[in-house]
Amino acid sequence: MAASKNQRPPKSADKLLSWFVKDELLDEILGDLQEYYLELADRPKWKRSLFYWFHVLHFLRPFALKRISRTNSNYTTMFKHYFKISWRNLLRNKGYSLINIGGLAAGMTVAILISLWIYDELSFNKYHKNYDTIAKVYRTNKFDSFANTVHAPGLAAVLKTDYGDFFEDVALVRARLEERVIAVGEKKFSQSGYFMQDGGPQILTLDMKYGSQTGLKEMNSIMLSSSLAGKLFGEADPVGEMVTMDATTSLQVTGVYEDLPKNTEFSEASYLAPAELYVNGWTTLNVWDNYFIYIYLQIKPEHSFDEISATIAEAMMPHVDEETAESEPRIFLQPMSQWHLYSEFENGTPVTSQRLKAVWYNGIIGAFVLLLACINFMNLSTARSEKRAKEVGILKALGSHRSQLIQQFFSESMLVTLLAFVVAIFLVVFTLPWFNVVAAKAMVFPWASPLFWLAVLSIVGITGLLAGSYPALFLSSLSAVKVLKGTFKAGRLASLPRKVLVVIQFTVSISLIIGTLVVYQQLEYAKNRPVGYSRDGLISLRSASKEFKGKYLVLRNELKQTGMVEEIAEANYSVTDTRGWNGGFAWHGEKYEQTFNTIFVTYEYGKTVGLQFVEGRDFSRDITSDKSGIIINESAAKLFALENPVGEELTWQDRGSYTILGVVKDMVKGSPYEPTDPSVMFLGEFDMSWLYIRLNPAVGTHEALPKIQDVFARLTPSTPFDYTFADEAYALKFAEEERIGKLGFVFAGLAILISCLGLLGLSAFVAEQRIREIGIRKVLGASVANLWQMLSKDFVVLVVISCLVAMPLAWYFMDSWLDSFVYRSTISWSVFAITGAIALLITLATVSFQAIKAATADPVKSLRTE
Amino acid sequence: MEKEYIGELEELVLLLIVMLKDDAYGLAIRKALKEQASRTVTIGAVHGTVNRLESKGFIESRLGGATEERGGRHKRIFSLTASGRKVLERSRDVKVNLWRQIPELAINKLG
Repeated sequence: MAASKNQRPPKSADKLLSWFVKDELLDEILGDLQEYYLELADRPKWKRSLFYWFHVLHFLRPFALKRISRTNSNYTTMFKHYFKISWRNLLRNKGYSLINIGGLAAGMTVAILISLWIYDELSFNKYHKNYDTIAKVYRTNKFDSFANTVHAPGLAAVLKTDYGDFFEDVALVRARLEERVIAVGEKKFSQSGYFMQDGGPQILTLDMKYGSQTGLKEMNSIMLSSSLAGKLFGEADPVGEMVTMDATTSLQVTGVYEDLPKNTEFSEASYLAPAELYVNGWTTLNVWDNYFIYIYLQIKPEHSFDEISATIAEAMMPHVDEETAESEPRIFLQPMSQWHLYSEFENGTPVTSQRLKAVWYNGIIGAFVLLLACINFMNLSTARSEKRAKEVGILKALGSHRSQLIQQFFSESMLVTLLAFVVAIFLVVFTLPWFNVVAAKAMVFPWASPLFWLAVLSIVGITGLLAGSYPALFLSSLSAVKVLKGTFKAGRLASLPRKVLVVIQFTVSISLIIGTLVVYQQLEYAKNRPVGYSRDGLISLRSASKEFKGKYLVLRNELKQTGMVEEIAEANYSVTDTRGWNGGFAWHGEKYEQTFNTIFVTYEYGKTVGLQFVEGRDFSRDITSDKSGIIINESAAKLFALENPVGEELTWQDRGSYTILGVVKDMVKGSPYEPTDPSVMFLGEFDMSWLYIRLNPAVGTHEALPKIQDVFARLTPSTPFDYTFADEAYALKFAEEERIGKLGFVFAGLAILISCLGLLGLSAFVAEQRIREIGIRKVLGASVANLWQMLSKDFVVLVVISCLVAMPLAWYFMDSWLDSFVYRSTISWSVFAITGAIALLITLATVSFQAIKAATADPVKSLRTE
Repeated sequence: MEKEYIGELEELVLLLIVMLKDDAYGLAIRKALKEQASRTVTIGAVHGTVNRLESKGFIESRLGGATEERGGRHKRIFSLTASGRKVLERSRDVKVNLWRQIPELAINKLG
């Protein structure tokens, strides 16, 4: 025989075999296999092993496998039985089951969607690995009520040098997304990005696809997001390639980072460029009198945010001028975990932010909608309890233990909730894309998240327990004798909890409807607010690119020659934006304390934007002295408190005196809910960053735009023609409220739907219960109308009570919501009237369906039952 | 029991068990299948068949001797039971009966 080593078959195969083969068969099988292995002695070793394995695997047959479940206890049988009975119950009452499952599924869908949304809000910025140690620098001062995040670059330098021991890294970032045209050859895209110091990408732990995080060390470098790199270079590694910024600066690509997910602070940036590049040529990163940067930093883990905040509070004081020092600037750190939901300040102290409020509102609404669905379930099961009571009696007489009955009822409610849950999952998957659009988010269904499933299943468990608690605990306690003798009757009081629950349901639904209507009313009110300029047919365009330099008049001529354009103008800030604030105005040596919204515009601004003059006149090219003229709005005129403002002279800082040429109506530039700002318009030099084009109203937009684009393509070939319509830009100001309105509409609709489903079930139950009473009444001469009235009255009364409860509540909450707007509508009585009418109509329609069915039924049939 | 039918492989295995007598264990049956009927099956298939036959009551088994080439493990020796014998006989009778009724097949075969 061969050497003993050769006689041993592969051990792992034996091990596998002993793992899956029944113990009693193992011995003989191994013996046979071993013998077989020896028979193969003349074959090469690998062949022997292969054959051996082949035969081992062929023992994967039913006869040889170990039995996996050896238990044969009564539990499984019992549970099988419970579920079988529950299933039959569901099938027997198809209508009720549908109402139950449908309602619960709708409620769960809403709850899951809202949970996803809340999770998304709470996990904002968590993408960054240093989430726990990153902070943003905030500043308060004596005069501003809010906390400022825009600092002078000198502060970053001081934090780095004087307080460097506290921080892993400090990086300053240009305090605004900067729009630049990034081009490679013929491909050019207008992109937003941040200018930041080296250190920023490290703090944010960017996930580098190519290159390294230290890509911002050199001035002429740029890091691209993966999607922008894809647009410019395709799939190839672009590190080392050159791109052009705004057709003037050549930058080397030093890295490509994976796109930041949408729920991060920096997700809108598609490129990162060095802060040094941003200030190159006009300022430095050491100045203390120019506020234009954010400061991000990562603290060392051994320090705490509070400790550092206390230490650095007065870090600015030694460096700023006297005037700034007087305002007592104090700085502190805001940890990354607080940026999204806890960054609203009033009088220097944090207040509940709008976003956090939204999280609360939505959470409460979600819980309510789920509650409504649970109430349906409870109501329908209690309503049917009399019927089930007989079943309980018989089961008990046959020897059922109470605990078994409890389990029976709970398995029934669990089965319903589980079915509803499955339906809800489908609904969530189908509605998530739509929900993402409405909520402006990019949420995905977390199939792989154990936490999600745990949370959801625990909701299912709680819902099932809650919904099944009444029948399980109450019905199972009934005594068999009483029930079977027929002495058990749910008395008048028994229906009271049911009525209370219906009132709760409708109170919630009606409140939601009122809330939605008020939100829409406020939206309409703000949308119809006079804005002081005309948005239709007004196009705005960023003209900050250097290519525009000195081309204003040429552009104007060429554009007007196309016949598509009525007028064009430039301004240093957008018309839908409130930036640009200055003080230092004086009248006859009398100083004004207030600051004004100051913008610079060209001669044609008034005509282009459509300013409405109340007094005086617009700038004119024909009058040379207009160069030192100003136009003010009504709010400014009020602040200046001049009797006849037109013609008066004002001095501004040390720039000399300006004559007021005209007064215009207030312009709504910022939030349409806020009071308008006092503003002063100066005549500006050419080459400002916003270009406005008033389209010729006689021609259509589709006709005009290509011709306008031609002109730009000729004059500013390397800048893309990225225009926005002023009316669209303005409409964006309503996005947040429109979102609330849309979601509220859907939730309110679902709430009322679920409530009505419940009502439908209840009315069916009542009609069924009183079927003989109705029959007798009919025989005695009651008319259909009488019966209909009798059956509907109870429910209508409940809804009326709900209205009475809901209206003051809703009024109180919505009025305080409206109070957060300065420019707010009042809640008109019509909202309540409409809501009340809707609620009553829907109720009547729902209830009548059953009532009329019962009232028109043939009494002979109903009286013959039993 | 008498209504049980057996498959072709089962029948072969039953016959071979009778033939192999005291040496009728898994691997030997497999070998005999190959030699007598030119059927190559896996060891697992043989074990599966004998297990099935045993549970149908056609064969019974006892533990046989352990040899060195088996790594000191026992063989399981199978032997025919009375009902196994009956089922074999019935199967034979059915076939013989059929063959008798189709003389042309027998003639052709002979010719």
